[in-house]
Amino acid sequence: MAAVTSIGETPASTAASRPRGMHAGRKRRLNAFRYVVFTIFGLFFLLPLLAMVRFSLEGAKLGTWSVTAWKQIASYQGEGVPPLLSSIEITLELAVITSVVTLVLLVPTMIWVRLRVQWLSRTVEFLSLLPLTIPAIVLVVGLGPIYNQIQHYSLSALMLFWVYVILALPYAYRALSAGLSAIDVPTLSEAARSLGASWFTVMVRVIVPNMRPAVLNALLLTWSLVLGEFTIAYLLLYNNLPAELYAISRNTPNAGVIFSTSTAALLFAFALLLILSYAGRTRRGRG
Amino acid sequence: MAVAATTEAGARPSRAGRRPSAPAWVGTVPFFAYVAVFLLWPTAIVVVDSFKNSAGGWAFANITKLGDPLVRGYFIGSFKLCVLSSVIGAVFGAILAYAIASGNPDGVIRRLYLAGSGVLAQTGGVTLAFAFLVLIGPVGLLFHASWFYSFPWGITVIYTYFQIPLMVLVFMPAIDGIKVQWREASENLGASAWQYWRYVGGPLLMPAFLGGTLLLFANALSAFATIVAWENQISYIVPQQISTALSSEVGLSNVNVADLLAFGMIILVAIVMTGYGLLQRRAARWLQ
Repeated sequence: MAAVTSIGETPASTAASRPRGMHAGRKRRLNAFRYVVFTIFGLFFLLPLLAMVRFSLEGAKLGTWSVTAWKQIASYQGEGVPPLLSSIEITLELAVITSVVTLVLLVPTMIWVRLRVQWLSRTVEFLSLLPLTIPAIVLVVGLGPIYNQIQHYSLSALMLFWVYVILALPYAYRALSAGLSAIDVPTLSEAARSLGASWFTVMVRVIVPNMRPAVLNALLLTWSLVLGEFTIAYLLLYNNLPAELYAISRNTPNAGVIFSTSTAALLFAFALLLILSYAGRTRRGRG
Repeated sequence: MAVAATTEAGARPSRAGRRPSAPAWVGTVPFFAYVAVFLLWPTAIVVVDSFKNSAGGWAFANITKLGDPLVRGYFIGSFKLCVLSSVIGAVFGAILAYAIASGNPDGVIRRLYLAGSGVLAQTGGVTLAFAFLVLIGPVGLLFHASWFYSFPWGITVIYTYFQIPLMVLVFMPAIDGIKVQWREASENLGASAWQYWRYVGGPLLMPAFLGGTLLLFANALSAFATIVAWENQISYIVPQQISTALSSEVGLSNVNVADLLAFGMIILVAIVMTGYGLLQRRAARWLQ
């Protein structure tokens, strides 16, 4: 269960580029194979997205072009659902809140476990990775009663963050764990402690700055997870962006705004992860 | 990692004579409390409620309802979809992962594919169904596939759209772990490319490949967003039926249907993920 990789990690073992030193013939065959594969898969992955882009640019008459659907993102108001823009806002706010809470919950715990309570490390790891094995659809069944309680205090869709933190745990844990293994936590903390630093200072001003790429990694992975989460929001009757898009598609099939918003959401997530892959590069030499 | 000895020294309170401080494990209480409330408690509710009748009394006979033909039908539907999409996803994902891994580790292609894989494997959901709808659906731009709304093939195609990227992400570290020296050694000993893959590379990657396939299986089992956006009238698989049962408490009489189905899924996923864990340990032996 521990192998769900986060994409920011560039394995150090590949640093020596493999094809060097190959026979020329094999190199040629390998390159031919690679380009064929990239072309076929590139088409498979791009065609549906391009179709969606084309549909989002469809004019009032079939076959014409128009940017109306993209302009509508800011103003669209579906029947019986909140304005599209409000659900976009809520989704982005959820992403921010979830990532912050996840980090605040996980980072100190993981550092503390490494420093003082090693015997709990397996338990923390197990619990952090457990959400991978409990499908969201199962979780939501048991969450019903708990969210009934929460709704006594607040009806806001932002309350979804409580469970999104759980969904994000495995990804954040793996990213942070890789970052923590790369630095010598005990030595750093002993040095800081012997100079009179409090435990709080050790964490916030000594260890966390040393694992900044890992924190960023965890942050962006959490974001991309929250941006696409549908199951729990939909079944607990909250309107985040995916649930809203689904609702619009039920009322108004083939509304252009669905496709423009979907495309925008995917591009946004893609940009986030691309940033992540470059930010992860500074972590070379982790061993 | 090995810090036991040094930490003990560092752990001693620096100023003696203060009132005794709380034991160190207290620092982990917030984490455990959070996980207990939002992960363990809901799971416990599912398990306990699946053994209760709708009046709240115990009904251990509920578990036999998992064998009910209707219920079994959803599990068989789930099983078909999961096997198809995970096998197809694993094979193609492995090929793509190999093509990516054999290039420049810092190259643009690798970054684009990995970032794209992350998006499709994680963020996609509802939007992926929309994308395929406009490509090959009833009003599709490319063509109109008559099988688009057929189960399991139509939905399998859409599922591979996030299964292949997930396999790429999961399988990549295993391929990266293969050492050039193994290839060189086997070539020095006169092995052909086929022999290398048959006797060296293949067996080394097999546990990681099977593990990846199981992970894809579990992933397809729990996927819900895509299939709902594809078809929301007919229930083919367990998650759809859980959703139906949650929104309308009709169906099998006197049983907490949603809880029971969810419990069945927990068992299934637990079996699959245990297998995955074992294979992963096997794979880690060589591929560091």
